Amino acid sequence: MPIATVDFDYISNFVRQRAAIVLEPGKEYLIESRLAPLAREQGLSDLSALVARMRAGDERLHSAVVEAMTTNETLFFRDQAPFRAMSEEILPALAERRLLKRIRIWSAACSSGQEPYSIAMTCADFVDAHPGWGFEILATDISEEMLARTAAARYSQLEINRGLPATHLVRHFKRAGTGWQAEDRLRAMVTVQALNLARPFPDLPTQDVVFLRNVLIYFDVATRRAILEQVSRVLAPDGYLFLGSAETTTFISESFERDTTGSAACYRPRQGGQK
Amino acid sequence: MQALVIDDSRAMRLIIRRILETEGFEVSEAGDGQEALNLLASQPKPDLALIDWNMPVLDGLEFVSAVRKDPDARQITLMMVTTENEADQIVRALAAGAHEYLIKPFTPDALLEKLDVLGMRTA
Repeated sequence: MPIATVDFDYISNFVRQRAAIVLEPGKEYLIESRLAPLAREQGLSDLSALVARMRAGDERLHSAVVEAMTTNETLFFRDQAPFRAMSEEILPALAERRLLKRIRIWSAACSSGQEPYSIAMTCADFVDAHPGWGFEILATDISEEMLARTAAARYSQLEINRGLPATHLVRHFKRAGTGWQAEDRLRAMVTVQALNLARPFPDLPTQDVVFLRNVLIYFDVATRRAILEQVSRVLAPDGYLFLGSAETTTFISESFERDTTGSAACYRPRQGGQK
Repeated sequence: MQALVIDDSRAMRLIIRRILETEGFEVSEAGDGQEALNLLASQPKPDLALIDWNMPVLDGLEFVSAVRKDPDARQITLMMVTTENEADQIVRALAAGAHEYLIKPFTPDALLEKLDVLGMRTA
């Protein structure tokens, strides 16, 4: 059943306040597809009943709604080009500049972990060719459920089928029941931490590369600007920022400039800081 | 681009054909590995072959091994599409010469993403 206008308005206001996610009219399908399963799970007849319970102040349901609205489909090595750029250009370039042989990479909306483990596989391949390097991959998300999934690093057969080359599967994963689990070597690189991008960031170590992909699209311009300004303070002056293929810093942040020299579009801190 | 779908299940061949056709592939079909080898001998070589493992007459792994021994078929990209899902089976298929491996059941997106991995996405 289509969502009533009054319920759509309530949910869009709620997720805007709680997670700074913008759901304009026309996004009814998104709410229906994300929240109808949650309503069924809760034993509620429809979305109106779900909204009624939200209005009554059910905090656990509030959290579940935020989780459902912020959890996004993901796959391994999504878009491929950023990972190719990492192995062919960015990691070799950083290796020339990082005398302590440690590189920090942040996956800033890690969902169920396919992105940070794709980064970890790329880094593991680099270490095999260049022994002695250490990688710290920070995986953050607003959803505690997604963080738990990332930490567990267990994936179903259907998830493993999505984007993961067979060579990487046999090299970096082991069977775990009916699914697969990332090898300890990858899991040791990845640290999970709860982080709401729309709020002030906690203290984070300086990052050499930030993956902030397919998440800005959910925020309004003011929130995007605030997120990018915070990212600019976390990213090393010679670091790299990856956005989703449909996202850009142009007209939002003066702190970055597009780097067109490599094989994948990424952004670099503008030298001399914000203009 | 041309693709050859090799599976003893007519329904599975049809599912894969429909996904590939949305990507602009011209698709031919074979019901087992031997029928596929006969097709390769009599028709222009496809760019891509999608191969079930368990089939009568000549199974998928035997087909992959035979194709890899044929210098004229070297350019064909080989992807296993099978319910066999153990790590050592995937290793065996890769060692025999398969380029990719997709485990059944799979979603249409998963097949298309494997084409991305292989650099064979056309549409």
